[in-house]
Amino acid sequence: MDLRLENIGHSYGDMEVMQGMDLEIPAGKIVCIVGPSGCGKSTLLRLIGGLEQPTTGRVLQIGEPPVESLNPLTFVFQDFALLPWRTVEGNISLVLEDHGIRGKQADAIISGVLARTKLTEFRKALPKQLSGGMKQRVAISRALAVNPAVMLMDEPLSALDSQTRELLMDDLVSLWTREPFTAVYVTHNLHEAVRLGHFIVVLSRRPGRIREVVAVDKPLAERELGDVDLEQTQKYLWNLMREEALAADKELINV
Amino acid sequence: MSDSVQAKQTKSVAFRGGGFSPIHIKWVGLSVFVTLILVLEAGTRSGFISNLTMPRPSDVGWTFVELWTSGLLWKHVLPSVSRLLVGATLGASLGIGVGILIGLFSYIRAGLVPLISAIFPVPKIALLPLFVIWFGIDETSKYALIAFGTFTPTVVSTFGAVDNVDRSLIRMGQSFSLSWFSIVTKIVLPGAMPGILSGLRVSLAIAIILLVAAEMLGAEYGIGAYILQAGSLYDLERLFAGVVILSVMGVTVSAVIGFFEKRLLGWRS
Repeated sequence: MDLRLENIGHSYGDMEVMQGMDLEIPAGKIVCIVGPSGCGKSTLLRLIGGLEQPTTGRVLQIGEPPVESLNPLTFVFQDFALLPWRTVEGNISLVLEDHGIRGKQADAIISGVLARTKLTEFRKALPKQLSGGMKQRVAISRALAVNPAVMLMDEPLSALDSQTRELLMDDLVSLWTREPFTAVYVTHNLHEAVRLGHFIVVLSRRPGRIREVVAVDKPLAERELGDVDLEQTQKYLWNLMREEALAADKELINV
Repeated sequence: MSDSVQAKQTKSVAFRGGGFSPIHIKWVGLSVFVTLILVLEAGTRSGFISNLTMPRPSDVGWTFVELWTSGLLWKHVLPSVSRLLVGATLGASLGIGVGILIGLFSYIRAGLVPLISAIFPVPKIALLPLFVIWFGIDETSKYALIAFGTFTPTVVSTFGAVDNVDRSLIRMGQSFSLSWFSIVTKIVLPGAMPGILSGLRVSLAIAIILLVAAEMLGAEYGIGAYILQAGSLYDLERLFAGVVILSVMGVTVSAVIGFFEKRLLGWRS
C-alpha cells in the first residue's frame, strides 16, 4: 500500500502551519521528514495517520493494505505512550484485544515481536522498570504486533541519549533489512535521517512547504557511522536547512 | 602546582543538597500521640490542667473499659459502622459514576458542573430536616445524608482525575483504532484511579463527619448519639471516648484506602 498526499494544507485558527504539500510514500521505503522547529513535521504525521484533519487537501491510500494488517497506519510516539499499569506483554496485548486476539494466538504474536526487538526476557516487566531505550523498543514491538502497512514514527529516538539512539538505529536497520516495512519518520536529527531514510523530505519553516526531496541510494545495511557520502548528504541537508532554522529561531524570539 | 595547593588552605566542599524529599519514618507518629497523652495525664494529675477543661486520659480509658464490659461499645459502634458503610458506598459509587460521565461527555459536563458547584458548599447538615421529611426519621434519612455529603466531593475529584489522564495515552489508543469502550475501560479509568482514590480519602472523612451529624437526630444508638448525650451532660470523659472512636474510624478508613493504593497503584514510579 502506498500513500499519497495531495495539496495538504493546515491552519490552527489564523495561523497557517503548512500549505500545498504533495508527496508520495512508496511501499517498502522509509521516508524521513526533516525541517526546522515549528514547521509542522509532527502535525503532518498526525494528518497522515488520521489523528487530525487537514484544512485543505487529502491523504490517499493507494491499494489495499495487506489482509493480515490489523492497523494499517500505526504510530510510534516520541514519549513511547506505554500504559504504566500494564506489563510489556500487557501493553502489546492491549492493541490485539480489540481484534479479538487473545490466549494462545496473542501469545504467539507477542513472543514473535518481542524476539524481533530483543525483549523476550523483559516480557513481565513494568514500564517503570525499563530504560528509555527499552521503552521505545516495547513501543516498536507493539507497533509491529498489528502488522502495520505504514509505520508513522514521530521523533521516536529524540527522547533517548545518543548511545541508545545509535543502538536503536542499528536495530531499526536490521528490522527493515530482514523484512522491509514502509515508514514515515519525522525527526529533527539529520544524522538519523541520512542513516534511515530512502528519501529525505526537507520542509521549510512555517508555513511548512516541501523544499526538496533528497534520495539516498545507498542500501540501509551498508550505511555506517562516519560514512563519507552520508556525511556529505547530511552537510547538504544542513545547508538547505540552515537559513530556515536560523529564521525559525528568530521568529520565536519575535513572537 | 602541588606546592601552591598545600600552601593554600584546603577544606572539603560542604554538603548542601539535603532535605525536600520526604522519607518514611516509623514510630514517630505513634510517639507524638503517646507523648501528648502522657503530658495531658501528668498535667491533669498535677492540677496544672484543670479537670474542667480537659478530662484525664486514664479516665477516658476507664470509660472505654466500662463501655466494653457493658457491651454498649458494640451497640453504639455497629449501627454507626453500618450507616457509614451504606451511606458512603452509595454516595461514593454514585459520585464516581457521575464524575466519570462528566469527565467523558461534554454535554453532561456543561449540564452538571454548575449544579454540583451549587450543591457543594451547602452544609449537608442543614438539609437533615429535609431528608427526615423525605425519607422518614429512621435509617434511610441517615443513609441519604451521608451519601449526599460523600457524593459531591467524590464527583469533583473524579472528574478532575479523568481530566488529568495523560492525553497522549488516549491518542495512542485512537492511533491503534481501539474502540471507545476499550479506551475508557483500559486507559481512562486506570489512569484516573490515583486521583479517584486520593479523592476518596477526603470524601470518606467527610462521611464520618456527617455520620455524627446524622445520628444527632432520631438515633438511640450510634457514636453520634453517644457523643451528643455526653455533650449535653458535659460528661467530658464520655465525649472524649466517643471522639477517640471516631478517630479510630478515620485512621481505619485511611488505612483501607492505603491498602488499595498499594494493591492497585503499584505501577506508579
